Amino acid sequence: MTKSALVIGGGIAGIQASLDLADRDIHVYLVEKLPTIGGTMCRLDKTFPTNDCSACILSPKMADCIGHPNITTLTFHEVLKVEGKAGDFSVTVKKKARYVDPKSCTACGDCLSKCPSKGIPDEFEYGLTTRRAIYIPHAQAVPRVAIIDAANCRMIQSGKCGVCAKVCGKSAINYDDKDEEFKIEVGSIIAAPGFKVWNAEIASEYGYGRFKNVVTALEFERMMCASGPERGHIAVPSSHEEPKKIAFIQCCGSRSDKPGWKKYCSSVCCMYATKQAMITKEHLDVQEDIFFMDIRSYGKEFEAYIERGQKEYGIRMHRSARVSNIEEDPVTKKLTVNFTNSDGDGTSEEYDIVVLSIGLNPPDGAEEFAETLGIELNDSGFCKTEVFSPLNTTREGVFVTGAFAAPKDIPTSVAEASGSAGKAGAYIVDDKFVPCAPKEYPPEKDVEGKEPRVGVWVCHCGINIGSVVDVPEVTEYAKTLPHVVLSRQSQYACAQDCLEEISKAIREEDLNRVVVASCTPRTHEPLFREACRNGGLNKYLFNMANIRDQCSWIHMHAHEAATEKARDLLRMAIAKAALLEPLVGSEISVTKSAAVIGGGVTGMTAALDIAAQGIPVHIIERNNELGGFALNFNHKEDGKDVVGFVKELVSKVENNKNITVHKGVTVRDIPGFVGNFRVIADGRAEIPVGAVLFATGAAQYNPSEYNFGKDKKVMTTVQLEEALAKGKFNGKNIAFVQCVGSRNSSVKYCSRVCCAGSLRNAIQIKMNDPTANVTIIHKDIRTYGFREELYNKASSLGVKFLRYCADDAMPDFTGDVVKAHDTILGRDVGIPVDTLVLAAGISPLREEKEELAKMVKVPISKDGFFFEAHQKLRPVDFATEGVYVAGAAHWPKFMDECIAQGSGAAARMLTIISKDKLISEGIVAVSNPELCDGCGICEGCCDYNAITIVTAEDGRLRSNVNPGLCKGCGSCVASCPAGAMEQRGFRNKQIIAEIDALFDKAGA
Amino acid sequence: MSEFEPKIVAFCCNWCSYAGADGAGVARLQMPTNFRIIRTMCSARVDPEFILRSLAKGADGVIILGCHPADCHYIGGNYRARRRIALIRLVLEQYGFDPKRLRLEWVSASEGEKFQKTLTDFVNTIKELGPTPLQQEGE
Repeated sequence: MTKSALVIGGGIAGIQASLDLADRDIHVYLVEKLPTIGGTMCRLDKTFPTNDCSACILSPKMADCIGHPNITTLTFHEVLKVEGKAGDFSVTVKKKARYVDPKSCTACGDCLSKCPSKGIPDEFEYGLTTRRAIYIPHAQAVPRVAIIDAANCRMIQSGKCGVCAKVCGKSAINYDDKDEEFKIEVGSIIAAPGFKVWNAEIASEYGYGRFKNVVTALEFERMMCASGPERGHIAVPSSHEEPKKIAFIQCCGSRSDKPGWKKYCSSVCCMYATKQAMITKEHLDVQEDIFFMDIRSYGKEFEAYIERGQKEYGIRMHRSARVSNIEEDPVTKKLTVNFTNSDGDGTSEEYDIVVLSIGLNPPDGAEEFAETLGIELNDSGFCKTEVFSPLNTTREGVFVTGAFAAPKDIPTSVAEASGSAGKAGAYIVDDKFVPCAPKEYPPEKDVEGKEPRVGVWVCHCGINIGSVVDVPEVTEYAKTLPHVVLSRQSQYACAQDCLEEISKAIREEDLNRVVVASCTPRTHEPLFREACRNGGLNKYLFNMANIRDQCSWIHMHAHEAATEKARDLLRMAIAKAALLEPLVGSEISVTKSAAVIGGGVTGMTAALDIAAQGIPVHIIERNNELGGFALNFNHKEDGKDVVGFVKELVSKVENNKNITVHKGVTVRDIPGFVGNFRVIADGRAEIPVGAVLFATGAAQYNPSEYNFGKDKKVMTTVQLEEALAKGKFNGKNIAFVQCVGSRNSSVKYCSRVCCAGSLRNAIQIKMNDPTANVTIIHKDIRTYGFREELYNKASSLGVKFLRYCADDAMPDFTGDVVKAHDTILGRDVGIPVDTLVLAAGISPLREEKEELAKMVKVPISKDGFFFEAHQKLRPVDFATEGVYVAGAAHWPKFMDECIAQGSGAAARMLTIISKDKLISEGIVAVSNPELCDGCGICEGCCDYNAITIVTAEDGRLRSNVNPGLCKGCGSCVASCPAGAMEQRGFRNKQIIAEIDALFDKAGA
Repeated sequence: MSEFEPKIVAFCCNWCSYAGADGAGVARLQMPTNFRIIRTMCSARVDPEFILRSLAKGADGVIILGCHPADCHYIGGNYRARRRIALIRLVLEQYGFDPKRLRLEWVSASEGEKFQKTLTDFVNTIKELGPTPLQQEGE
């Protein structure tokens, strides 16, 4: 029997985990308690630090997930009980009554406008607008199916209505629908229930809920969003006028011991507030102020983002400014923000809108959820994990990912999601594992050399197309066009009956091309292509005319012109279809082994995860021993020595029969492509591998400041830690200087880990000797997430904090006294010290990275770290397929983050190296050797290095496209001066046929 | 004489602008009917030949819509499109076409409204310019 995995939660983390498992032919149940997947991310307008449109980057993943043959997506379901043990769980799932049959519903929307039960707050829009009792949760809903809110449905509550059932052309409404329970058997479980935002009403001093113009950050996100209730027009809620001044208040619900507030830092609010302020500035001429205690821009390119917000956008940043309260003018509804400025003086300013940067809390029902799963929560109510096993819950076989383990941003969640998928897969893939069988299709009919026989279906889409476009007329018109052998209209072309009709007509009417005029190929092409395959037709012989989204919906009052446009679009689609050719993705064989460059904690974690699936791994380490930078650590995490953990890891790696360790070896070149790389290293035979991971780490900045290396009083964090561990430290007056080698004009980024390091050591010193004087001289304290506990503990032990200027001016050191400008006191302060600890930042080892980067043609970020394929959703992938990055090579990070990312990269690699072969996309470029003269323009044009100029047998130069690397953009095709380069599925003659068909109305 | 109704060819990339056009539909944003969309995978697939062919066949205007700079699904295709369009404009001018008949714009998948505004504006521009010079010559 095929064993499945269970993923609970359909946000971005759950989606990524499901896809990574499913891509390894493991069957996945994805259970989501809401009616749609997408979680919080699908409600966001843009995402930091790239300002990418959230919907644009998430929608393809949602479509992949819902359409994946190996994923059973169970929306509006809940997990009730988990029995059994790792490898063999029995899970009881509840299907909640939806009252609409998702298989029949076509999301035409006819019922939505007729439902008499109106005015219900729309949950998706955080109540900013209303919906009816029957509704589709939002415009990009996946699955796009209606649902009845039983509590507000007149028919269900009183039996008096039934309008939706009457108007539904598909008889999809079922008022007698009931909750149902069933059992599923799974090998492992991934918990990804996400988070909920803090209830802003707790902060009564900010007036949320009382003052109309005080909104939460998520409400503001919907106000900004082009698909939100105001279509992206930001207006003052009370007056609907354009705002002139907006304030953002940070740490709402975070970093405080006030009742109902959370002590931890929510990790993402500094960045999202800056993002919102930037995007707002792009739309409006508005003054914006952000009030915060510390700005926590610790992630990749976050510091530069904040600087851009401040310098380019003119956002006003108020550091050390905690807002005491907000008052509303009862007449104008303007808001007065009372705050303490950075000089410590009370002051106030008036605003049109105040946005509360609310923190992240454990999800609703976290306790019951944990009980159901049999896992423990931590003191803050999030899932309990450990530094050395950040993806494991307290129950074997149950893994955690995303914000359920701690507040975190999207890329961290995505990397973890992959990591937990890798770990969950280890409980499923064993000697007896049966991969999901590929679906069987009838053999494809041979169309070569045959006259095109086109079948056309024109869709009414209920009234969506039919009420604007004259569908019967367009259907008749299609019959007059060349190659068309049948043309039919359909109420709903995407409904099962029509899909079956298409498959049948392919067989019985001997169709060899199919054209459907309906909605958009972006959502429905896969469905119709599937119908073609079921009828024995190659799926690439299908074409679509978009006469709904891009015609009837945007020309609702122009019946005649819309009908003419529909005719044109259909004629163009048929003209192209007649020239389509069957395509097959080419098969690429895969070497089932991996190379991990770098044998630190990240690399060893990745290697062990891959080896656990029975796949051989080569670790190539430049130094003579494994362990990496972590061997220098002398502290404990979760009460356990870090070095002890590292040594354990080394011994596991060295004793693993699937892992070959190459120590003291430098990599010279990595030729090849996805599935087929060869690692060429000094003194070794070539190592053939299917995928490569760069886990080369980073280095500590070597300070040139403060007479370091000469003055014995001056030491780095690592040196202090060593002295403390050996009991050799006896300083009485200690100062820590933060940001040595970070956040200055030459190294602009934040090194992320130094604040927590200094705090950890300051605490240790005070614990050893409460009479010691300890001062931390800093710019911002960046103990994000639960690390805030260190900050609180240090403060309570009497560690003093001194904030110095946030510019380049470092504190002075005379040899006995450290002098700094205290920005709170507003004067220079001298502190006598016997020990000066430098919080030395992290350097990227740029030269080493550049050498590796050249070998596989991957980019380096401007800060000198590796630059991933997409900062938000592909955090461990490179654009070059088959090559991955993890750990400090990607960006400075803590050990738990390195471990999670290492596991994430391993899981991504497994989606390739667990297979015997890969199938490339059919729509790729291909060069015609008859016409090609090897000029090489196409080669320079290809961002994926898919094209090489080779010497052909006749001695002439010709371009050669590697279909394994080609992504099918067609850029090279448009660049070819000889007309030799072609894109399958989008050939020149096919596109020109569309153009010609548009203008030659006769269609001849 | 009835008002001049231009014929416009719009090339949209699969990932951003085609999705933005769909988004305009989902939001029911109303706009003139004068354009017909041809989908390509990337704005960089728009061969100069397609633009010239469209104009030669009688298009009054051609608009290419791609992903915003730095947002290209294919790394840098939209930059290539930008360079090519700049060159084709020069060529068009030499052939007696007002370069305003060819436009390149960025529309993301979420910018239904920008799609609406851009297309409406382009239709108006072409209406101001009048029918394609080819047609004027022919008549």
